[in-house]
Amino acid sequence: MTTGGNILELQNLRVRFQQRRQPVAAVRDASFLLRRGQTLALVGESGSGKSVASLALMGLLPDHASVEARRMRFAPDADAPPVDLTGQSPEAMRRLRGRHIAMVFQEPMSSLNPLFPIGDQIGEALLVHERLDARSRRKRVLEMLELVEIPGAAERHDAWPHELSGGMRQRVLIALALVCKPALLIADEPTTALDVTIQAQILDLMRRLQAELGMSILFITHDLGVVAEMADEVAVMRAGEVVEQAAVRELFSDPRHPYTRGLLASLPSGRRAALSQTASESVEPEVPPPPEPLVSMPLVSIKGMSKIFPSNRGAVHAVQDVSFDIPKGAIVGLVGESGSGKTTLGRAVLRLVEPTAGSVVFDGEILGELDASRMRAMRRRMQIIFQDPVASLNPRMRVRDIVAEGLLAHGIGTASSRAERVAALLEEVGLKADDMRRHPHEFSGGQRQRIGIARALALDPDFIIADESVSALDVSIRSQVLDLLLDIRRRREATLLFISHDLSVVRYLCDLTAVMYLGRLVEFGATEAVHSQPAHPYTRALLTAVPVPDPGAARGRELLQGDAPSPQAPPSGCVFRTRCRHAAPACAEAMPALARWGPDREAACARLAEIA
Amino acid sequence: MARYLSRRIAGMAAVVLAVLTIAFFLVRLAPGDPAALMLGPDASPGEAAELRARLGLDRPIAAQYAAFVGNALRGDLGQSIFFNQPVAQVLASRAEPTALLALFSLVVALLVAVPTGIYAACRRGSWFDQAAVSTAMLAASVPSFWTGLMAQRWLATEYGWFPASGYGGPDSVLLERIGYLILPSLILGVVNSALILRFTRASMLDVLGEDYIRTARAKGMREARVVLRHGLRNAGIPIITVIGLTFALLVSGAVVTERVFNIPGMGNLVVSAVLRRDYPVIQGALIVVAVLYVGINLLTDLLYLLVDKRVRY
Repeated sequence: MTTGGNILELQNLRVRFQQRRQPVAAVRDASFLLRRGQTLALVGESGSGKSVASLALMGLLPDHASVEARRMRFAPDADAPPVDLTGQSPEAMRRLRGRHIAMVFQEPMSSLNPLFPIGDQIGEALLVHERLDARSRRKRVLEMLELVEIPGAAERHDAWPHELSGGMRQRVLIALALVCKPALLIADEPTTALDVTIQAQILDLMRRLQAELGMSILFITHDLGVVAEMADEVAVMRAGEVVEQAAVRELFSDPRHPYTRGLLASLPSGRRAALSQTASESVEPEVPPPPEPLVSMPLVSIKGMSKIFPSNRGAVHAVQDVSFDIPKGAIVGLVGESGSGKTTLGRAVLRLVEPTAGSVVFDGEILGELDASRMRAMRRRMQIIFQDPVASLNPRMRVRDIVAEGLLAHGIGTASSRAERVAALLEEVGLKADDMRRHPHEFSGGQRQRIGIARALALDPDFIIADESVSALDVSIRSQVLDLLLDIRRRREATLLFISHDLSVVRYLCDLTAVMYLGRLVEFGATEAVHSQPAHPYTRALLTAVPVPDPGAARGRELLQGDAPSPQAPPSGCVFRTRCRHAAPACAEAMPALARWGPDREAACARLAEIA
Repeated sequence: MARYLSRRIAGMAAVVLAVLTIAFFLVRLAPGDPAALMLGPDASPGEAAELRARLGLDRPIAAQYAAFVGNALRGDLGQSIFFNQPVAQVLASRAEPTALLALFSLVVALLVAVPTGIYAACRRGSWFDQAAVSTAMLAASVPSFWTGLMAQRWLATEYGWFPASGYGGPDSVLLERIGYLILPSLILGVVNSALILRFTRASMLDVLGEDYIRTARAKGMREARVVLRHGLRNAGIPIITVIGLTFALLVSGAVVTERVFNIPGMGNLVVSAVLRRDYPVIQGALIVVAVLYVGINLLTDLLYLLVDKRVRY
C-alpha cells in the first residue's frame, strides 16, 4: 500500500457531538487528499464543519465528540509508512501535535496566553518535543522570529502579547506553529480577523515559508479571493460534507457542484480581476478641474469633523478634519482599516459621540446648534444599523418590542397601530409578520440583521448609517442583505452611509466611496473611479491588497510594509508618508488638503500629478 | 504607577476617615446619654457625670470629633470601660488567636478548594464535579456552630484527638496554643472553602475555553501542563479577589467559631463588648477591621499588577 505523493488522505470522516441523548453530526462525510508540498483550501460557510474536520485531524476535539473515518492517513515522512490517525492513542496524538502537524488559528488577539512573554510560548513546543535547554530554545526562537519577519526579533523575544498588533501576533503564532518544522500546517482562517493590507502581508509570508520549509498546508477559509491566491487544490464543504475537490483553476472556471456555482455567483463582483493592471495605468493628465461641486444637493454635510479622545498615554486622534457631502438618495461607502476612525466618524455624525471640532449640516440644519427637543425630533430621521446582529439585540425582548421601541420612545401610534407597523416592517425586510412574537435567539445571523434593519426603518428615517452591518455574515447571506439595502434605498429613497472594511462590498453597493487612513479622509469620489483607478497611494495599496477570486489574475501588488502608526502619535505632515512608496521630503511638512482630481473625485496627496 | 498608588492611598484615607466618623457618631446617635448608656441602669448620676467628663462628653461636639480623630490617628482608640485599659492594648491582646485562626483556616480552605475546583473544572459534568459542587454547597449551608459542636463531640471528646475548646494561656508555648486552633481552623476552613471552590471552578471553566488553551494543546503539551501552567495562572486572577475578601472576613472575627471553641479572639471580644456596652472597644474594633479591609483590598490589587502584565495603572 502506498500513499503516493499524498501527505494526508481523508476518507468518509464523520464527527458527531454527543448532546444530551441526541448526537449532533458536525461532519457527515468529508473526504479529501492533500499532496505533499501543496496547499489544499478547505472552503465553506460557517457551520459547514470545516473547522471541526481540522480539529479532528489534530485530535483536539472535546471528549464528547466521536470521530470515525474509513481512512485518515498522515504521512509526515515521504519515505516512512503513513500513520493511521484513527487508531492513535491520545498520547500518541499529543506527540504528533506541534511536531508533525501544527495549527494556526483565526483569532491572533486571543490565541496567545496574555501572561507569558511570546518567546516562552514559542519555545514551549521545543521543550515538549525536543527537550532543548533554555539557551538553545532561545536561539531557535530567535531564528523563527526572524523567519516570520518580526522587526527587532531579539528585543521581541521577551515582549508580552498585548504589546503587539494583530498582524504581529499572527506572525508569532505562525512562528509558534512552525518552530518544530512540521510537515503539515493547518491554518484555520488565519487572516480573517486581520485588515486587508495585513492579510496581504501574512499570505505573502505563508507562501514564502511554504517554499522555504517545504511543508504542506491545509488552508481553511470562507474567502474565495484567498483561495484563488493560496490554493493548489480546493475542497468545498457544505453542511458537513465535502461536495467536491478540484484543482483551483478548474474549480473557478468549471465548478461542478451546484453549491460551488452558487458560492461563486454570490461574490459581489466577478469583474475585479483586471483591477491590478488598470490601477497602475496612469490617468490622463488633468486639465483644470471642472468647477461644479462633486456633490450637489447634499442631505448630510460633514464639515471639518475631528474627534480626539483624551487618554493617559497621549490623546487619540481618531478623526481629524474630515469633510464630505452625502447626496440625497445616495449610498456612500466609508472604507478604511481598523483604527482609521470610520466608526468614530459615523457616531460623531449622529452625535452619539460629541465631536471635538466640526459640524454636521443635516437637511439645512446644523446639528450642534439644535436644542434638546429639536435634536430629539431630528433623531427620528437618522438611524443606525450595527455590526453584530447577535449582541445588538436585547435577548430578553421579543422582536415586536425591539422593532417598536423607537416608535414607543417617540410616542408614535397606539399599541395596535404599532403592531401593524411592525408586521409591515418585518415583511418589508423579508421576515414573516408572525415572527414578531419570537425572541432574537430563535433567528439565524442573517435574520437577526434583518431585525436590526427593521428596527432602524421603524421611524421612517431619511438617513441610515450601516456600520459594518454585513461583516459578520456568510457570503450567500451577505449578498441577500446587500440586496435588501439596495431595495430599501430604491423604495424609500433613503440615504445611506455604509461603513465597511470590505472593498468589494462597497464597490457593489455604493455610489460614492470615501477612504480613510489614520483619521484622515484621503480620497473621496465616484465609486467606479475610486475603485478602478485609485488616485491616492493608500487607496491603491488597499485595493491591490484585496485577494481577487480569480486564480489566473495577475497580482501587481503594492504590499504595504509594517503596521499603521498609532493614532496616538500620527506622523507629522501627510499621515500616510511613513508607509508610502512615493513619499518625498516635502510630504513631512503638512497634511495635504483634499484636492479635485479629475471629473469625479478628490484626493489628499501632494504628489498626485507626479505619481498618478 | 506612583500616581496610581498615591490615588489609592488617598482613597483609603477617605474610607478610614468615613469609618472614624461613623464610629464617632455611633455612640452619639444611640438614644439617651452615652455615659449612662455605657454604665448601664445601675449607675449613679455622679458616676455618669464623672464618665462624661472623662470621655470629654461635656465639650462641644466639633471639639470632641477633632479629638477623637486626632487620637485615633495617633493610635489612641480610647479607654475600655470594662477592662479599664487602653482599647488598642485590649485589641492587641486578642489579635493573635484571631490572626492565627484566620491564617490557618485560609490555608485549609485553599488546600481543599483550589485543587478540587481545578479538577472539577477539568472533569466538568463528571460524578466528581457534581459531588464536589454539592458537597461545597452542603458545607456552606450547614451552620458552623453545628459542625463545630459535632466536631467537638466526636473528634475532641470521644476520640480525644484535639483539645475541645479554649486557648493556651499567655505563658504557654506557641505550639500548644496552635494545638487549640487545629480543630476550629479545619471547621472554618472547610466552611469557607465552598465559595473559593465555586470561584476556582467557574474561573477555570472560563479559562479552559479560551483560544490560548487551544493553542497550548496544539503545541502538543501534556494536559496537566496545559491546565496548570496556562490555565491556572489566568484563572488565578479573579480567585485572588475572593481569597482577599475571605481573609478579611475571617480576620474581622469568626464570631461563632470563636464562641463555640471558646477562643479569646476579636470576635469573642466584640460580642462581649456589645453585651457590656463597652463602646470604646466596639469603636476600636470597627476601625481596625475597616483599616484591615481597605489594606487587603489594596494588596489584592497590587497582586494583580504582579500577575498580569496587561494591568497598568
